[in-house]
Parts: sequence; C-alpha cells; structure tokens
Amino acid sequence: MILQQLINGLSLGAVYAVFAVGFTLVFGVLNVLNLSQGAVFMWGAYVGLEMVRTLQLPLPAAMTVAVMAAGLLGVVTEWLVFRPLQRRGAHRWMGMVASLAFARILIGAAQEVFGTQVIRYPDATLVDATLVVGEARIQGLQVVALGVALAMVLALGLLLKFTNFGRAIRTVAFSETVARLVGAPVARVRGATFFLSGTLAGGAGVLWSLLFQSVSPFMGDTILLKGLTVLILGGLGNVAGALVGGLLLGLVEVGSVVAVGSGFRDAVGFGLVLLILLTRPTGLFATREAKRA
Amino acid sequence: MPDLRLSRRRVLALSAVATLLPRSGLGQTSKVARIGLVQSTTGGSAALYGTEQKQAIELAFNEITKARTLGDIALQAFHADDGADRGQTVNIFQRLIRQDKVVAILGPTLSNSAFAADPLAQQAGIPVIASSNTAPNLTKIGDFIFRTSVPEDQVFPTVLAYGVRKHGVKRVALIYGIDDALTRSAHDVQKKAVDALGLESVGIETYQRGDVDFSAQLTKIKAQKPDAIILGALAEEGAAILRQARQLNLDPKTVFIGCNANISAKLFELAGPAADGILVGASWFAGYDTPRSKAFVEAYRKRYGTTPDIYAAQGYDAAYLIAEAIRRAGTATDSRAIRDKLAGITDFEGVLGRFGWSPERDATVTPKVLIGDGQAKVFAAAPAV
Repeated sequence: MILQQLINGLSLGAVYAVFAVGFTLVFGVLNVLNLSQGAVFMWGAYVGLEMVRTLQLPLPAAMTVAVMAAGLLGVVTEWLVFRPLQRRGAHRWMGMVASLAFARILIGAAQEVFGTQVIRYPDATLVDATLVVGEARIQGLQVVALGVALAMVLALGLLLKFTNFGRAIRTVAFSETVARLVGAPVARVRGATFFLSGTLAGGAGVLWSLLFQSVSPFMGDTILLKGLTVLILGGLGNVAGALVGGLLLGLVEVGSVVAVGSGFRDAVGFGLVLLILLTRPTGLFATREAKRA
Repeated sequence: MPDLRLSRRRVLALSAVATLLPRSGLGQTSKVARIGLVQSTTGGSAALYGTEQKQAIELAFNEITKARTLGDIALQAFHADDGADRGQTVNIFQRLIRQDKVVAILGPTLSNSAFAADPLAQQAGIPVIASSNTAPNLTKIGDFIFRTSVPEDQVFPTVLAYGVRKHGVKRVALIYGIDDALTRSAHDVQKKAVDALGLESVGIETYQRGDVDFSAQLTKIKAQKPDAIILGALAEEGAAILRQARQLNLDPKTVFIGCNANISAKLFELAGPAADGILVGASWFAGYDTPRSKAFVEAYRKRYGTTPDIYAAQGYDAAYLIAEAIRRAGTATDSRAIRDKLAGITDFEGVLGRFGWSPERDATVTPKVLIGDGQAKVFAAAPAV
C-alpha cells in the first residue's frame, strides 16, 4: 500500500512540477505572476483532446500539437497582456490582475466552444498497460507522465544552462538593464520565455487530462493554486526548486490523506507553505538572487 | 406550444360563451382552474429538469382536458420561466398569486428557489406541488407545500438493504464531497442508513470540488477490504471514482452504491464499463413495468420524441394529483378546499406507482433499486434477491 501511495503521489506531483516550472520560469525572468497559466493548461488539454477525437491523431502527435498550441497561447499572453503594460511602465501587480482577466476570457471562450460538462479522452487512446509490482499497480500512463515530466524539465534545464539562448534568458532574469547593456535580445527572450512557459502548461494539461480522464473549462483553477504553492515551496523563480517542490506537494497531499485523513489534505498542503514562509521566506531551495533562473 | 395555445383559446372561447349565456345550461366547461407552472426553461442544467417537467405537465393537462375528468372545470396553465434564479422565482410567485389569481402552483424547479418562494404561497393559502425539489425539510415550510420528488433519505435505505440481502454487505467504506451541499447531505443520509442497519463503517474518505484524483483515498479504502463502497458524489466524480477503483484493481466483488446524483447518462459516458453493477435507488425509471408508466412513456415519446426522465414522471404525477384534488373539491377557485382534498389523497395510482402522502406531505413512493449496465449505458431494475 505504501508503494502504491508513493506512485500515486509521484505521478500527481510530476504534473504539478511541469506546471509549476512553467509558472516559475516567467516569474524568474519577468518578475511577474502570470495567472493565465491555468487557462493555458486547460486549453492545452482541450487541443490535445480535439486532436485525438476529431482529427484522430495518435497520442504523441496530438500531445505535440497541444504543447505547441499552448506555447503560442503563452506568446499571445505576453503580446496582449504583459508587453503593452510594460511599455507603459505599469506596476507588476497590474500584469497579475490583467493576466487573471485574460484567463477568465480564455475560460469563457472554452465554455462557449466546448460546453461546461466534463469530457474525457476516448478509450482507445489510453495507454492501458499496467505493471504489477508486489501489491502495487502502476499504470503505463503514470510512468509516461512521470517520464514526460522529467524529460520536459530536464530539457529546459539543459537549455537554460548550456545554450546561448539559455544564458540570455538567465541574463534577463538577473537584470533587464544588464541584459540590454551586454546586448541580449530582451524582447525575443521575453517572448521565448512565455512560449516555453506555455508549452509546459499545455504539456501538464494533456498529462493531467490523460491521467485523470477529465477535461473541463474550470480544470485550470485548482492547479493554479497548486502551482502557486509549489512556486513558494521551491523558491520564487527557481526552476529546480519548482521540480522538487511539485513532486513534494504531490507526495505531501497523498501522505496527508493516508496519515491525517482526506479532509485535511489542503490544510496540510497550505499549512506547509505557511510553515516554510515563516521559517525560510525564500523557499525550501533558496538561491541567492544572482543565481536565479 | 401550439397545442397549449389552442387549448387556451378554446378555454377562453368557452368561458366567454358561458358568461354570455350564464343560465342557459349550455356552458359545459364554465369554470376555469388557473394553475401556475413555474419551471426553469433557461438557466443552465436546471433548464434540462425544468423543460422535462413542463412538457410532462402540459401533456397531463392535455390528457385531462380531453378526457373531461373534471366535469365542468377546465385547467388553465400559466407557465413562467424562473430561470433557476431565486429572486425571479419570488417575483413570479407574487405575480401568479396576486395578479393571475392561480389556485395552485406546480414547481419551482430548484430547491433553492423553493425555499425563497414557497413561503409566499403558504401565506396566501395556495397549494404547491414540487416535482424536482429534493432538499431536506422543504415541506416544513408549511402545510400547503407538497412534493412528488422523493428525497434521498426515502430511497437510500432501501438500496443499502438490497445490497445487504443480495451481496451480504457487512463492512462499508464511504467517500463523499466535503464542500458541496448536495453530496454532504447525501452522505449524512448514507451514514445514518449504515448505522441503522448495524453495518461496520471501515473508512470515511472525502474530496473537494474540482478534484479528479481519487487514487490516494481509494488505495486507503482498498487496504480496508470493504464489501461495499458508498458514493456521495456527483456523476462526474462518481465516474472517476469507479474508473480509478478499477485501475487500482479493487476486489471486483466490491459493490458500489451511488446516490441520486449518479443517475445520469454522464456517469456511463465517463466511467464506461466501470459503471457496471453500481446500485442506485430512484422513485422511477423509464423501464418501470406498470401499465400506467408504460402508457406515460409512450405518450411522452409520441408528443416530444424523447424518452421522459424521472423529473418528467414526477411532474406528470403532480399534474394528475392537483387535477384529482380539484375534482374532489368540485371548485375551481377555492384553493384551501383544494389543498384539503389534495392532502386527503391516499391511494393515488400514478406513474411512480401507488402512493399517498407522508405526514410531512412527501409522496410515499416505493423506491426502486436500479443497477448500472455499462455496456447498454442505462440503469435497469436490479434483479430480485
């Protein structure tokens, strides 16, 4: 039973991690909270579903399309919401509120297009295989979710660490003024960051809807809160912290159902955040400002 | 609608004749019983239930008018769309009572609206029959409030008792949504029934609105090896629980027992074959095998082209009940007399079966135990023990 719960927690946490990494990336680079991330997550799930349902694409292809579409939606968010605000020198709180407004528009659009009822992926597209380890049953999907999650985050890590573009992103994250001084393409970096963040949100959306067989216009609301939790757990703007924080939150949630009782799940999760904020205000995996992102 | 307008026009014409020739003895239908019909035809999912009831009630009125069961009294329906909104329902009740001078009201669609508007009817002495309000304590508003919609606590104990007799259920686990009034009240009823039957409760798990992952709760339940898992969940959540239980390889002999909210096509759509064997209880289902019920399903299909749902059946019986009360009272205007005759009905032969009223004016319908068929995607009568 412990092994089964560990698997339950890790596969849930993997999706949290992918979502939160995209969230934290934008925060690291632009120092703003993009609250439309949950709506991008939801649209990623719907695009993937439509690719499978309407265009009959195989799952990996559908997922790629969904991830790309969500990335573009991320770019649109930057272009429609954050760029105009920044140009006018608006306070970053305004970006946060404006992105929340944009999220409501995206949710309203999804309601109009897809209806408000919960729908799911058709049966045939499921990775139905199960692995039996002792008393635990691991679904093929859970392994896929965990694998894809780790791969996406690893790819991002490599990109940030070893490519010129990654270095440019990190320079902008450090200071936009410095980045301009050394000739980094700031506008392109901002667009690219939103693209990456969108792909991660969309990827998380597809994984989530496959794992739990549930797609609805409101699915982004819950994960947005979880994403914020992970953001604080891992340290604002810290990519590795978001990965570990996501997995940790998944395990903590499952652990609190096992140990304390399911009624206290969110109390334990958010209690943990409060505890961390009180004891380590920069998050569990705090880095110095200079090394952020 | 054309049917309704026609009958309305006919009623008006006949009453005009009756006024012109007051003592000629020609006016066969000289008295008009005005009845308010408050059902949501807009306002989200409430409109689904509301439309079914409105159609069924209009069908019933049509049949009653044709059969002339009420002698010289004609029924006239005043439909108003409450839009699933409390405030709008209150306004409609006011208008129906003060302006349209109705003698009875059928509706409203949602319990929420009923709690706001029914007290007006109670005060004015106008009987109300609800056919889709299932909230507890609704009829405590007053002695003019009746309902043909059967609340969970009249249904669930029968279903659980069936599980005990048929499957030898002794140890049960319960799972329910902790932040939703509907699932919470379903759970309270379920818990009470479990205790009343002396069953052992080995675990109570909860979840929150919007949750889609139930694997932690189900893994915990699995370790307790219960004979039955009782769901206080909406259809979407119930479906996810059924599917994830199967993925976690719960003992296939475990019986799932659902609540009222699980009786939905959505359950089968989302759960697929995992919905096989789930037990639920209801006051009625489309396959209910009695002459009265079969005739209703056929007439409804003929007129509207779809199969009626449980709300339609309850609405249809509400319409016939008010007609029967008017017939017994022999008046089209004295709402208090109609209320007293309505309360006196004890052996009504309806679509839901033979029933009367409990002391709280709830319909005493015998609950039917239904079993989910994941392949055919319908609930059917559960096999006898």
